[in-house]
Amino acid sequence: MQLAMEQKYSQEELEKRFQDKIDNDIKIEPNDWMPDAYRKTLVRQISQHAHSEIVGMLPEGNWITRAPNLRRKAVLLAKVQDEAGHGLYLYSAVETLGADREETIDDLHSGKAKYSSIFNYPTLTWADMGAVGWLVDGAAIMNQVPLCRCSYGPYARAMVRVCKEESFHQRQGYEIIAKLAQGTPEQKEMAQDALNRFWWPSLMMFGPNDDDSPNSALSIKWKIKRFSNDELRQQFIDVTVPQAELIGLTVPDKDLKFNEETGHYEHGPINWDEFWEVVKGNGPCNEDRINTRRSAKENGEWVRAAANAFAEKRKMRVAV
Amino acid sequence: MKEHLFEYLLRLGDDSLILGHRVSEWCGHGPILEEDIALTNISLDLIGQATSLLKYAGEVEGKGRDEDQLAFLRLEHDYKNCLLVEQLNGDFGMTIMRQFLFDAYRLPLFEALIHSSDSQLAAIAEKSLKETKYHYRHSAEWVIRLGDGTEESHERIQKAVNSLFKYHVDLFFTNHVDDALLKEGIVPEMKAIHNKWMESVKNVFSEATLEIPSNNWEQSGGRLGRHSEHLGLLLAEMQYMQRAYPNMEW
Repeated sequence: MQLAMEQKYSQEELEKRFQDKIDNDIKIEPNDWMPDAYRKTLVRQISQHAHSEIVGMLPEGNWITRAPNLRRKAVLLAKVQDEAGHGLYLYSAVETLGADREETIDDLHSGKAKYSSIFNYPTLTWADMGAVGWLVDGAAIMNQVPLCRCSYGPYARAMVRVCKEESFHQRQGYEIIAKLAQGTPEQKEMAQDALNRFWWPSLMMFGPNDDDSPNSALSIKWKIKRFSNDELRQQFIDVTVPQAELIGLTVPDKDLKFNEETGHYEHGPINWDEFWEVVKGNGPCNEDRINTRRSAKENGEWVRAAANAFAEKRKMRVAV
Repeated sequence: MKEHLFEYLLRLGDDSLILGHRVSEWCGHGPILEEDIALTNISLDLIGQATSLLKYAGEVEGKGRDEDQLAFLRLEHDYKNCLLVEQLNGDFGMTIMRQFLFDAYRLPLFEALIHSSDSQLAAIAEKSLKETKYHYRHSAEWVIRLGDGTEESHERIQKAVNSLFKYHVDLFFTNHVDDALLKEGIVPEMKAIHNKWMESVKNVFSEATLEIPSNNWEQSGGRLGRHSEHLGLLLAEMQYMQRAYPNMEW
């Protein structure tokens, strides 16, 4: 179909037809013609998203064996399992664009592909399970809800399901932290400490300021992105600050204030040097996270080889 | 009778709890993403079973202990799980073999327990049986795949059999507790469960081209609270929060 289209129309016409579809909110599907740059942008973004889900299993996986009671343990297991599931849908969405899952994962392991920097921060206490759910999944939802209307069909559809689960994750995280905030002095301190450590990295999750975000304009034109980084960040702050106040925790930003006129919170400067250092690989856990993923793959090599060999043998037996 | 039923529920509950813990250690480290999902799911089922069983154990005991107190605040020798489930994960082959030997025991056990004269235990068994059928299918299929896969996988899974087979007798341990409960129709005859287990093991091993080790070396003691060195470390990790922050709500 794509070939036929290419023979029938000039490059210019193809691009115009493509943009018309997007402007009319018609989804682009895997077999439709699309500009190379659109395909590349999506492969980069969706695979980054898939990698974030998979690497994101590790900081929370870190507390499964130490969860304080059976209910929390079961909920955390279910949450981390959801993340593996999200990774699976997203890798499948990348495959619809002609990318290979193995190669995509190798790009993560070689450092060529990125994932959300937030997962390069350590989870040091049980309260971090609350902070990660509340803030990290909360920020992820802000980013992801608009993606349910993304112009690329398979990605948009995957996001509908992902967002439903993420909103559970956010609520369970807030429930953990709220419980601690109402608890003993040690528990309150644990909750405040988690907020102190995760607040700024969560704001960084939305990416650089709009002026420094090179990929944004085209993504908005293509309706991959619907809102700018700064707009989403502002939305997150406006929603999250009252949630912190409600349970008696203090957002660690001395410049934070509510502007009555605009109806928005104003925040202090974000440490972008720290952001870029972590993106470059110099965060507290970058090395550990990638090494863990790499060794999972290496240690599983013989298992995958066995499964393939077995499938081949069975095929032969059936053929005979 | 109450104390016998309590003891028996601890055996079942602790098996699920300790194996659930072990399997959860795989989370994020599986050989393929699909297995990460499968193993996490199995662990989640086991933790759910442990919750029901220990909750009921606490009610039967009648001393006001709930499932969390039983799961997190007993001393090592009060855990009544079999030795098999506390063994280290090792490689994927070791984990799968441990799971298979356990599932092949749990499946006929739950099939029998759904007819227990104790209605609460029968109800828990019924719910757990559905899950155990999936676990058994998953582990048995992997045993066959690895046994009849490559030379390396065959060698690894045979090594796992050689290392874990000695713990199987512990699964079928019985004493006066079982005798008393058997008379009341609460638990099935263990001999029948053992026979069914042996049949599954033989069938699956035959398809997987694996062999039962020829030596008769046996290890048991789990049901009496005599464990391997591994359990203490597992509990140190599992109980950490409850020990470090006693009497708090989470």
